[in-house]
Amino acid sequence: MIIKQISVFVENKKGRLAAITDILAENDVDISALSLADTSDFGILRLIVDKPDVAQEALTKAGVTVKITDVIAVVMDDVPGGVAQALKVVSDNDISIEYMYACVGKTTGKALMVIRTEDTNRAEKILCENGFGKVNPAYIYRI
Amino acid sequence: MILNPEKECMPREELRKLQSQLLVKQVKRVYENVECYRNRMDAAGIKPEDIHGIEDLSKLPFSYKRDLRDYYPYGLFAVPMKDIVRVHASSGTTGKRIVVGYTRNDLDMWAECVARMMTAVGLGAEDIVQVSYGYGLFTGGLGAHQGAEKLGATVIPMSSGNTALQIQTMVDFGATAICCTPSYALYLGEEAERLGVTNQLKLKAGIFGAEPWTEEMRAQIEAKLGIKAYDIYGLSEILGPGVACECECQAGMHVWEDHFIPEIIDPDTGEVLPEGSTGELVFTTITKEGFPVIRYRTRDICSLNYEPCACGRTHVRMRKPTGRSDDMLIIRGVNVFPSQIEEVLLNVSHNDITPNYQIIVDRVNNTDTFDVNVEMSEQLFADDVKSIEAIEKTITEKLRSTLGIGAKVHLVNPKSIQRSEGKAKRVIDKRKL
Repeated sequence: MIIKQISVFVENKKGRLAAITDILAENDVDISALSLADTSDFGILRLIVDKPDVAQEALTKAGVTVKITDVIAVVMDDVPGGVAQALKVVSDNDISIEYMYACVGKTTGKALMVIRTEDTNRAEKILCENGFGKVNPAYIYRI
Repeated sequence: MILNPEKECMPREELRKLQSQLLVKQVKRVYENVECYRNRMDAAGIKPEDIHGIEDLSKLPFSYKRDLRDYYPYGLFAVPMKDIVRVHASSGTTGKRIVVGYTRNDLDMWAECVARMMTAVGLGAEDIVQVSYGYGLFTGGLGAHQGAEKLGATVIPMSSGNTALQIQTMVDFGATAICCTPSYALYLGEEAERLGVTNQLKLKAGIFGAEPWTEEMRAQIEAKLGIKAYDIYGLSEILGPGVACECECQAGMHVWEDHFIPEIIDPDTGEVLPEGSTGELVFTTITKEGFPVIRYRTRDICSLNYEPCACGRTHVRMRKPTGRSDDMLIIRGVNVFPSQIEEVLLNVSHNDITPNYQIIVDRVNNTDTFDVNVEMSEQLFADDVKSIEAIEKTITEKLRSTLGIGAKVHLVNPKSIQRSEGKAKRVIDKRKL
């Protein structure tokens, strides 16, 4: 399933992350997944939240640089080899992953991952065909 | 010692007469040969015949750095290219450089100006002069080089960079004088100390210019290198190094008035200010053939002292410039205009919005640091690290090729650059000069 991810530019300065999560809290936005890519100068905070539009608006209003990116939510069995199986499908189909991170799911027995690939639509189609892509939106957006 | 006593010690009245004669000739020549000046004089209703001597100088219109851009590259030359034997270039107010040209006579005159100074600080044919200014389009290296050769001294054409080799050369080749930027001299002094070779140096004098420095720095350099440190002033548009320089009295820089007429004006009104006032320095080159200027606005703020000097020279002394009447910065000896940075950023962002930026200059361990903070915007932002790093790299590379020196680029949060009265403060210069 293709979902909306919020990417935020974070200058490498004390207190920046707290300021961003504060804004989300004030706007009653719930975070399901989060990852931080960092360099010596800056970071990119990637978030999956229950209300992406609300989050984007609130952050932009606060002067934070935000972008919404399409990523794929992948569901798999929460057993040894679960991730390996999903990634094998990706790799067998010659799709390269730009980044990925784990997501907090609400169901038991299933694990959720967020992945970003080059051709999002094709990758999602292939994952769905192999049983990794059909995610109940409620798992992610926590509706 | 005085290299050319006839000229350097000429009674002021005679000097004024000489300046008048040369000025009248120069104005006529420039009017006939340079379109920019002809147009400007026509617009002001001034003909060469109206200029009878130095008393008429203030009737002439000013010339500006932007003229060099408008007539890039050779439009302001007053002789055919076959008579130009060399060009030099430096940074303009935008990405475009400014170009100046010299005839054979100009080079000889330049060499004499520098040789006069070297003589004035006690150097002669027996000296070994290490030239550590950059060689190339920058006037510093070749300017000092040809002056030292004219003097008959032995020249070590080191150029800039490679500090360890600089020190090794000074020691091995027995350099008795060095020409470089004052901050680099201080750095060399510290490195020599660290390497424990200070007592092996044979230096007695240093000629330092191309960037602002203080009396405290002078004292430090003199102590560290065990030399006398002398100040030299120049700019490519007038000549290069050697327009003015100190004598052994270290009490102001003698402007070689048989070649250059200095004036001090109010930068806002353009009025000539009374003797001794502080204002913008303006030059007219009365002997230059290739690239002459009439009333060129240097944008340097200083004052002139017409009192006789203890050295016996009659030529006026200019005080060290205390600032600029424009926003030019001198970083590691290189002229930098904020507008150049703006231009680079405009080219990098894919729309017509220039990202907000701030230049931060400081001096750490006697070397200028140069940081450019650029506010992240939605146009520049991408979801992956690679793209953002690529933007950072592009900005860094373009700044280097435009400015000729390296800047550290930092992408910062939007609206994080402080603003005063709604306008972002573009430059923070923390150097205490």
